[in-house]
Order: sequence, then structure tokens, then C-alpha cells
Amino acid sequence: MHARSSTGVEPAEAPDPAAAAAPDRRPRPSVVGVLGEILLTLGVVVLLFLAWQLWWNDAILAGSQTSAARDLSREWDASEPSSSSPPTAEPASPAAAAPDYGLPVVASAPDHLDVLGNLWVPRFGSDYVRTIAQGTSTDVLNSTRLGIGHYDDTQMPGEVGNFAIAAHRSAYGGGMHLIDQLQVGDPIVIETADGWYVYRFTNLEYVLASAVDVLAPVPQHPGATPGDRIITLTTCNPLYSTAERVAAYGVFESWQPRSAGPPAVVADIVAASGVQ
Amino acid sequence: MYAALWRILPGPLWVRLLTLVILVAVVVGALMTWVFPVVDGIVNPQDVTVSG
Repeated sequence: MHARSSTGVEPAEAPDPAAAAAPDRRPRPSVVGVLGEILLTLGVVVLLFLAWQLWWNDAILAGSQTSAARDLSREWDASEPSSSSPPTAEPASPAAAAPDYGLPVVASAPDHLDVLGNLWVPRFGSDYVRTIAQGTSTDVLNSTRLGIGHYDDTQMPGEVGNFAIAAHRSAYGGGMHLIDQLQVGDPIVIETADGWYVYRFTNLEYVLASAVDVLAPVPQHPGATPGDRIITLTTCNPLYSTAERVAAYGVFESWQPRSAGPPAVVADIVAASGVQ
Repeated sequence: MYAALWRILPGPLWVRLLTLVILVAVVVGALMTWVFPVVDGIVNPQDVTVSG
């Protein structure tokens, strides 16, 4: 109590010897007080870091990854001479039955970090498009322009077997944030320099981080001879945790070259994104 | 610590408040631009892949 009076908030009626002794009336900073302020500050900084990671950086990366993917799509269009001229004319022409473009073109896997295609998933949002690059290390997954990684040693789009990719669920652009929203039959479309590969979502399963069998040519059946063209999307589960993984599967449906324009299932979001 | 900072700041109340807001903005901006990306690479592997 006595020490408190030296703060001199209210004028002391009787002259206080302690106040008189101290010419300036500020309280002496205590070690505990300063320590407390430092700890409070650190606590606020940790909260700031979480906010930065989960929202700020996430939003920044999501935006830059999306615009990088759109740039890439335009680039491919530019290098394709007879591309976007009749994108709608062909499907609208007499036989509405989808034209048969034969077996899908299968490119060879690019070098690590090199781009192999774009991922379009209407269920992930009408503005969703992300770039897939070779490899699943952090230089791909945390990148400002890539974000989705193709597992080395898994097959390529359109190839018989398993085209397996990975992305963050939350933070770093959250390329597969809405993976649990996929519904059976949802299109999962891969765009490459060669063309468009349409897969249809079939199911997802929750697995441990060690479940490498989801990457097998026949998922969960290593050693089996593949007959189907599968796509596998892996990310972490639950949200904001890396305790488990979630694997979403799709089955190949159709393929068309770039000259035929984007497939109907993504034509509207491709057009809306200003790519075509 | 913060009491000392408040005393050091010159001017009337609103000038002090304005200075304080600018100071906080500068510190937060510096953290987000330079510190957090570095810390992030160190403390947070955020593994999303399956691996043996």
C-alpha cells in the first residue's frame, strides 16, 4: 500500500515521505512486471503467427497459385495454333454424342518441380484452378505458383494405373481444402499441354500417413495389375491437423485434345476464369 | 515496459495514440513479411503426403 501511494494518482493530503523522496512520481518497473509484459507480447505474437499462417498467407498463396495456373492455361492456348477458335462449335455440331478422340495421350513425367498440368474441380469453387508439378516436397506444395504435387513413381494423367497428387488441406493455399465436400460423380479435370482428362469422383477414405498403398496402380492392392485409369488426391485430415490423411479417388471417364476446347463439365468455370 | 514507452511518446493524447498505432502496424508488418515465413519453415513441416 505504501509503495502504491508513490504513483501519486490522487494528491496525498498529508505529505508522503516516500513521494517526497522520489522527485519523479513514476513507479519503479519491477522484474516480474516486465517479464509479464514480455510473455503477453509473445503470446500475442504466437496468435498473430497462427492468423498469418491459416488465413493471411493461405489467402495470399491461394490467389497467386490460382493466377499462376490461369497464366499457364493461357500459355498452352497460345502455343496451340488451332485452339480456342471453335471451342463451342464442335460440341454443338450435329452429333451431340461426344466425339471419340481415341485413347488419351500420355505424356512422360517431367523433372522435379516442373509443371505437368492444371487441376480443375468445380466442387472446390467456381474460381478453383491449381497447377500440378512433379514431386511432393515442400518446394512444390508450399510454392506461391504450384501448390499441388504429383507423387513420383505414380502414373501420369490418362495412363492406366494411378495418377496420384497431393496438396495442403489448410494453409499454403489449401489446394484440397474442400476435399470432404466431393460428391460421387463430381468431375475432377486435369488440363495439360496435350488436352483435358476428365475423371469422376468415386469415394474417399481416411487413412494413416503410412498408407502408401493408396498410391498403388490399383489403390490399396499393391502388386495387382491395373486395368483402370485412377486419380488419387491425398491431403491431411482432420482440418488443421496432420494426424491422418484422406485419399479421394476418381475414375477416368474421357479425354479430349486441346483443339477440342475444355470439356463441358468445366467449360463454364474455364470461361469464367477468363482463360479461354 | 509499455508504461515507459507511453511516457517516451511525445505530444498530446491523440498524437501518442496515432504513433502507437503506426508502431504496431510496422512491427506486425515486419513480422508477417520477414519473420513468420522463416519461422514457418523451421517449426512447421505440415506434411500432407503419404509415405512409408
